Amino acid sequence: MSDSVISDTVKDAIDIVKDHADDVHDHDVHAGDVADDHGDHGGHHSSLGLSNTKLAMWLFLGSECLLFGGLISTYMLYRNRHSANLGPDQLWDIPFTSASSFVLLTSSLTMVLAVSAATRGDLRRTKIFLTVTALLGGLFVAGQIYEFTTFYREGLGFTTSLFSSSFFTLTGFHGVHVSVGIIMLIALVGMLSKNKVSGDNAETVEMVGLYWHFVDIVWIIIFTLVYLIPA
Amino acid sequence: MAIIERPADVPAVVVPTPTASTNFGYFRRPVETTGWKSWAFTVDHKKIGIMYGVAAMFFFLVGGLEAGLIRWQLAQADGTILSADKYNQMFTMHATTMVFLFVMPMAAAFANYFIPLQVGARDVAFPRLNALSLWVFIFGGVFLNTSWFLGGAADGGWFMYAPNSSGIFSPSNGVDFWALGLQITGIASLVGAINLIVTVLNMRAPGMSMMRMPIFTWMAFVVQMLLLFAIPVITVALFLLMFQRSYGATFFSVEAGADPLLWQHLFWIFGHPEVYILVLPSFGIISEVLPVFSRKPLFGYPFVVFSGAAIGFVGWGVWAHHMFASGLGPVSVAVFSVATMAIAVPTGVKIINWTLTVWGGKLWFTTAMLFAIGLIVQFTIGGLSGVTHAVAPSDTQQTDTYYIVAHFHYVIFGGAVLGLFAGFYYWWPKVFGKLLSETLGKWNFWLMIIGMNLTFGPMHILGLQGQPRRMYIWTDYRAGEGFFNLGFWNLIASLGTIVLGVGIFMFLVNVWVTHRPGSTTLAAPEDPWDARSLEWMSTSPPKPHNYDRTPIVHDLDEFFHRKYEDVGEGDDHDYVLRASGAEVIAEEERNADAHIHLPAPSYWPIVLAAALPIMAYGVIYNTLLIVAGAAVAVMAMFGWALEPADAEPSDFDPPPPEPATGTELANV
Repeated sequence: MSDSVISDTVKDAIDIVKDHADDVHDHDVHAGDVADDHGDHGGHHSSLGLSNTKLAMWLFLGSECLLFGGLISTYMLYRNRHSANLGPDQLWDIPFTSASSFVLLTSSLTMVLAVSAATRGDLRRTKIFLTVTALLGGLFVAGQIYEFTTFYREGLGFTTSLFSSSFFTLTGFHGVHVSVGIIMLIALVGMLSKNKVSGDNAETVEMVGLYWHFVDIVWIIIFTLVYLIPA
Repeated sequence: MAIIERPADVPAVVVPTPTASTNFGYFRRPVETTGWKSWAFTVDHKKIGIMYGVAAMFFFLVGGLEAGLIRWQLAQADGTILSADKYNQMFTMHATTMVFLFVMPMAAAFANYFIPLQVGARDVAFPRLNALSLWVFIFGGVFLNTSWFLGGAADGGWFMYAPNSSGIFSPSNGVDFWALGLQITGIASLVGAINLIVTVLNMRAPGMSMMRMPIFTWMAFVVQMLLLFAIPVITVALFLLMFQRSYGATFFSVEAGADPLLWQHLFWIFGHPEVYILVLPSFGIISEVLPVFSRKPLFGYPFVVFSGAAIGFVGWGVWAHHMFASGLGPVSVAVFSVATMAIAVPTGVKIINWTLTVWGGKLWFTTAMLFAIGLIVQFTIGGLSGVTHAVAPSDTQQTDTYYIVAHFHYVIFGGAVLGLFAGFYYWWPKVFGKLLSETLGKWNFWLMIIGMNLTFGPMHILGLQGQPRRMYIWTDYRAGEGFFNLGFWNLIASLGTIVLGVGIFMFLVNVWVTHRPGSTTLAAPEDPWDARSLEWMSTSPPKPHNYDRTPIVHDLDEFFHRKYEDVGEGDDHDYVLRASGAEVIAEEERNADAHIHLPAPSYWPIVLAAALPIMAYGVIYNTLLIVAGAAVAVMAMFGWALEPADAEPSDFDPPPPEPATGTELANV
């Protein structure tokens, strides 16, 4: 994949220098859309040599950084504003959260394997690894639900304190992101099975993968800042 | 007349077609090219641009009406037109409407229409997402305004500081509508930003390097980058506010130990880049207009580009100058004060560049040119009063007075709005194929300029005399004497509003006179202004596929260089007309490409957009509605994902009248 991107870039650069009149025919065919991008890069003009979809996904993730940045800042501001017996030190179960974090990080590995299988055109393995990724993600979300329930039983509701509101908002927001990712993974497995992916299979898997890795990386930051660093 | 691409009968270039030919096996693809369906389901960036413009214009009139009521209330002492409560709603919604529902979408209208044309693309990178942006914006705007009929609109001022935004001080649902409505329009801006950035970076015609891009595209590109990173910050703030008001959280309640400054920081980290989001598109527009009507290239194109980019960067580091009165402490105040003075430098660079563009040119005072020059003058006045705010001690005096109101109306009305009007007159023949009347245009311009100075000029005096903004009445008892009498200047400002209103009405009259049934206005020539940039190399109005062949770009101001040849020696440039604009366009038509594909229209963008206000009503009224809206959204997303890019032949009804010939494009 990356090799072809690089060679495309080089080719485009040379073509532009040569004022590639002959190239124009190939390159102006499509007005581009997600579904319109059939992954046949040789037939597409793209000024950066990067597909539109991939660029768009990176931009979206860049924007998401600011979204989580705002929520994390809010949490960091409010994390000490709680009643004496319902703060992070009393509530956190670090071994449990470490285990569920490990599960989520493992899902990144299976996602990479899915992308690799998709690049090789191995549809069967792609679907298996995507399913495993979705299951691991589901396990993480289940762990989060268990954790939230435990906190709630111990008396930490959403409106209990500024700490609890900002904690549940931040981690809940992340949990929703993981859940959306799981839906995307399951839908992708279904669409691959029925051959309904409009566009290049490998690239579509890679797009979902980018999103998935991003959500994982955000969790690493949340886990470090929220759980590991003492308040 | 729009053209819908049908699958071409040429096997050689056909890629394996995705399987689904209908949506969920039931609906056929919309392929209409006339009637309301051709607009509601279109993915053509030009139609979407026009719809953005029409919707924004509608909201402009709504916001103008609100402004008129405010000034009517303040025209005399102890005004009785509005109650205090209605007055609060009026100024909150006036600002919200003008910022989020007029200037931003009107800039989006220009960006949507002209970025693909200026970079030589067939459409934006993601045509269906483009349609989604439009409909999300329209539904969000309508949602926001339905609050008027559902217990009252938001009343906390457009930056909705805590504790005014809390349930105690604002018990109606207005602030809920505001927080949710702006989240919705934020989605529209974010999706649009991603789409347009990809278009600019990735869809440029061969040879169109970044430094050959038309300057409007450059400025719009900077704006989209600002939106990309600013929108999520306000979304967080609105999200927290929504949790506070609807679900009992206390993020901004001092009594619960919260920091009300958190809201101010989040709001202004978004809010200050927002200022440049409002004004940079207009900077781009007049940077196109001034060279054309001065018969000179833009002076120092790279400086205009990089000063725009510099504004984009520095714009992130000045937000706290909106908060000098909130007790940030001397170090913060000093830092933000200096940064604010620094951002005046790239802005000044632009003004110098425009002035030197006009300097020594063969000036042609069309209405568009007048508006562009009007922007330079009026914006400079606003910029200078802006520098006085950068001086923190002075700002502490001015905060929350009419002096601030005067300042930001000079930069936003005098900057953003005048630039947009310059764009209307300059590009009207390009978009609609007819020139607006210059006579009415000059009435429009002069009435607007006189009106805005009468309205906003006196506000400097009112503010320095101490009249606070957002007070619903003023009293004779404290009005002062002689030249500084508040009554006199308030009356002038209110009368100025009438002049301003008549000026804007002249624009509507102009549009009506030009386009009414039986209008005698002739079709505009292909190149009415002897323009310079690439978008004029298409027909007027442009064909659905924009260019008959993808242009190969050799120069900045490509169209100019195709018309004129440089016969000067060395550094001595001497341009001679070789071909008229119409001839250049005809040449392109003769060499049209075969096999032009355009994406087919789609139902899903408008359906997905409609789900958002349903969910928002759900947050306010009933959780079941959230579920229903989410269900619609999920269905629409799956429909979207499963929809092939091209409509199948069987979707067309009636069947194609004749086999397509030549370009494989079927005129329907």
